[in-house]
Amino acid sequence: MIAENDHNENIRIGVYVCHCGSNIASVVDCVAVAEYAGTLPGVVISRDQGYTCSEPGQNQIKNDIGEFELNRIVVASCSPRLHEATFRQCVSQAGLNSYLLEMANIREQCSWVHGGNAQEATSKAMNLVRSAVARVSLLQAREETEVPIRRSTLVIGGGVAGIQAALDLADAGYRVVLVEKQPSIGGIMARLDKTFPTMDCSI
Amino acid sequence: MTDAGRHPNITLLTMSEVKELTGVVGNFHVRILKRARYVKEKECTACGDCVEVCPVIIPDEFNMGLSSRRAIYSPFPQAVPGAFAVDINQCLGHSPVICGKCVEACKKRCIDFDMNDEELEFDVGTIIVATGMDAYDPTILDEYGYTRYENVVTSMELERLVNAGGPTAGEVIRLTDGKVPKSVSFIQCVGSRSQRRGRPYCSNICCMNTVKSTILLKEHYPDIEIKVFYLDIRAFGKGFEDLFRRSRGKGVRYIRGLPGTIKQDPATHDLILTVENTATNELDTHRTQMVVLAVGVEPPADMKAIQEMLALQTTADGFYLEAHPKLQPVDSASRGIFFAGCAEGPKDIKESVTQASAAAARAMRLMNPGVLTVEAITAEVDPERCTSCGVCARVCPYNAISVDRATKLPAKVTEAACAGCGTCAAECPEDAIVMNHFTDAQIEAQIDAILENDAAGKILVFACNWCSYAGADFAGVSRLRYPSNTRLVRTMCSGRVHAKFIWRAFEKGAPVVLVSGCHIGDCHYINANHWTERRVKRVWNRMGKLGLRTERLGLEWISAAEGVRFQQVMERMEQIRKSVTPEEIAETVRIIKKISEQKQG
Ligand SMILES: Cc1cc2nc3c(=O)[nH]c(=O)nc-3n(C[C@H](O)[C@H](O)[C@H](O)COP(=O)(O)OP(=O)(O)OC[C@H]3O[C@@H](n4cnc5c(N)ncnc54)[C@H](O)[C@@H]3O)c2cc1C
Ligand code: SF4
Ligand code: SF4
Ligand code: SF4
Repeated sequence: MIAENDHNENIRIGVYVCHCGSNIASVVDCVAVAEYAGTLPGVVISRDQGYTCSEPGQNQIKNDIGEFELNRIVVASCSPRLHEATFRQCVSQAGLNSYLLEMANIREQCSWVHGGNAQEATSKAMNLVRSAVARVSLLQAREETEVPIRRSTLVIGGGVAGIQAALDLADAGYRVVLVEKQPSIGGIMARLDKTFPTMDCSI
Repeated sequence: MTDAGRHPNITLLTMSEVKELTGVVGNFHVRILKRARYVKEKECTACGDCVEVCPVIIPDEFNMGLSSRRAIYSPFPQAVPGAFAVDINQCLGHSPVICGKCVEACKKRCIDFDMNDEELEFDVGTIIVATGMDAYDPTILDEYGYTRYENVVTSMELERLVNAGGPTAGEVIRLTDGKVPKSVSFIQCVGSRSQRRGRPYCSNICCMNTVKSTILLKEHYPDIEIKVFYLDIRAFGKGFEDLFRRSRGKGVRYIRGLPGTIKQDPATHDLILTVENTATNELDTHRTQMVVLAVGVEPPADMKAIQEMLALQTTADGFYLEAHPKLQPVDSASRGIFFAGCAEGPKDIKESVTQASAAAARAMRLMNPGVLTVEAITAEVDPERCTSCGVCARVCPYNAISVDRATKLPAKVTEAACAGCGTCAAECPEDAIVMNHFTDAQIEAQIDAILENDAAGKILVFACNWCSYAGADFAGVSRLRYPSNTRLVRTMCSGRVHAKFIWRAFEKGAPVVLVSGCHIGDCHYINANHWTERRVKRVWNRMGKLGLRTERLGLEWISAAEGVRFQQVMERMEQIRKSVTPEEIAETVRIIKKISEQKQG
């Protein structure tokens, strides 16, 4: 089905601003960012936390999802390349579809690179949260589909590499089709007598 | 080898080639051409009676032409399968009038000239590419006289000479007089490590292969005098240094510097090498009875067919490109296709075997659950809007979209094949493609939010997840300071950045916009960034026509490792931003608004 925004859906967003110990909080005014987030459209609850990725941090999100009936989550912390998987799992444990999460990168892209100017860093963090809130409001639940996979492998080339791969797979119970263009398998190794470093026979 | 020949789970097809591959991970469909062997594979006992009667005598390629074989032959004694084969291009013809002697000679009646080439089809879940490499052919390196002097041989030829099962039963002889040479010189890096000729990379195996050969020669002929001319000896692996030491301990001389020329003494067929002595800067000459060229390796000459069929990428040196050089060394960028051995780059047997087991394990990991989850970031076609123009199918790097322009049916995305780059959605002229989780509306909402206040003070950057966004992360980890007015909009691939996003940003008052992605050739989505480049050029073109300064739209390739480059690019964008006046922005907004009004009107 084509994803279309359900305009009747009541968007209820929770925003979590992470201090990352002092990694973020020593530069960015996390309390102010969380307060600002609370004023944004759709945001029901916003909090600043010591470590959002820690167990208490995650439990807070899970509790809030239940208590405030949140249906979108924004985590303002580190790079999604680091912790998106963590928070996706967290929200799905609380019964929310894992694609209804967005992260604002206020560490790698903010506190760590704008340390010289706390004010600018804080206002950038607010803007990044603003953008994440705008995006999360439009995110749709997605289901990862499953397709069947055949338990068989085509191995192209019957040199020592192809032979080894074919044997490993075959021994593990997978079907293998080993295709070699020459009349015999063996590749270059079949032409060698003794081989380095052990000086033993090749075949 | 024999295990592979008789394993119940392995269907071994020799004299065979993949002709066609369709489908996607989980369900690839392959068509294989198995050329006729003309000898019944299961029945032949390799007695050799046929060979004795065959009148055709030709050079034996397995022995590098150092011996001969017949038109009916077994490639080598331990071949798997062991059955003989008829080289049909050399066979005189089996009709009794012409020849057919072998048919008569075979008491078991295994020879069957009515055999045809067969076409076989299989469905498989995964693919391992293990097509190996070729040894470098030194014919063009004229200064070494490979084609002119018979006593100049390659390391591959030496392998056959020194082999007990080879053409000389293991006796290393000069081809001019059939005698064992009293002296042998090895020349390293032939066809390797040269920007001028041959290949620029180190072939990885030839140093140790030479070390090995010197020991074998010394063991066969203790009095033989051996010199090795080299650039540097690369004995980096486990046990390698030991072997190198053993070689030197046996009196092999290692001399730094490669010969400029090799000349033959016409009387003795000895060879005279002229070498610059790097210590004294003088030219030394060395007389030797035999020269061995330690040839490098190169990608197989015929690999293009497979490469194109499987839509695989190669690195600049021509070997296959892995999904990630450190973290996914045996995966290709296409899910379900793996590399093993020298197909991915020159390596020795141990590394080839290690990689093969890794590839097998990666394939098993994928197949074991029996089902495959597809990340939900996939493209979807709106059949109402699609005009079946075919653009999306053309730009998709994964052939994940099919459009039948004849029947005018809407485009169809194969979800399992779609990797989620978003290129199709950015190129579709009808806006008929929804890129799930990175929809137009979602991205536009971010652009709007960023430019809502003080647009003129912002640097808007589109960054791809795998390279430029990761490069920004790396700048962060390295604590590199750059202007704080940068705002990144992350997409999975730069290919997702629709031209309309750029226009929208300018319309909302952006002074500068940067599109950034992986370097050309490093794209995580095969080559989707080629489309990014073309698209940005189109926008530049249009900007030029509208009288807008094209430098306000940047296009930069930034890798995950280039934090410093990310910083520099941001600083440059800030310089450009500062040069954009409020009047210029107002004029841009006016021009773009007018155009969109005209479109609507
Ligand atoms: C002179 C020389 C000496 C060496 N000595 C040593 C040594 O002492 N010790 C050591 O560890 N290593 C040595 N090596 C390296 C060793 O040969 C390689 O590591 C090893 O052969 C790599 O195996 P492979 O299976 O990757 O490739 P290959 O051996 O090249 O095998 C590839 C196979 O694939 C087949 N093939 C290719 N394309 C297709 C296609 N399109 N369809 C079907 N089949 C195809 C080929 O016919 C071949 O059988 C040496 C190499 C050379 C050149
Ligand atoms: S392995 Fe040795 S001989 Fe081969 S290319 Fe590298 S340095 Fe040269
Ligand atoms: S590019 Fe768009 S209109 Fe053209 S075939 Fe693809 S989906 Fe349809
Ligand atoms: S998103 Fe990319 S991979 Fe998927 S169908 Fe479109 S062009 Fe192909």
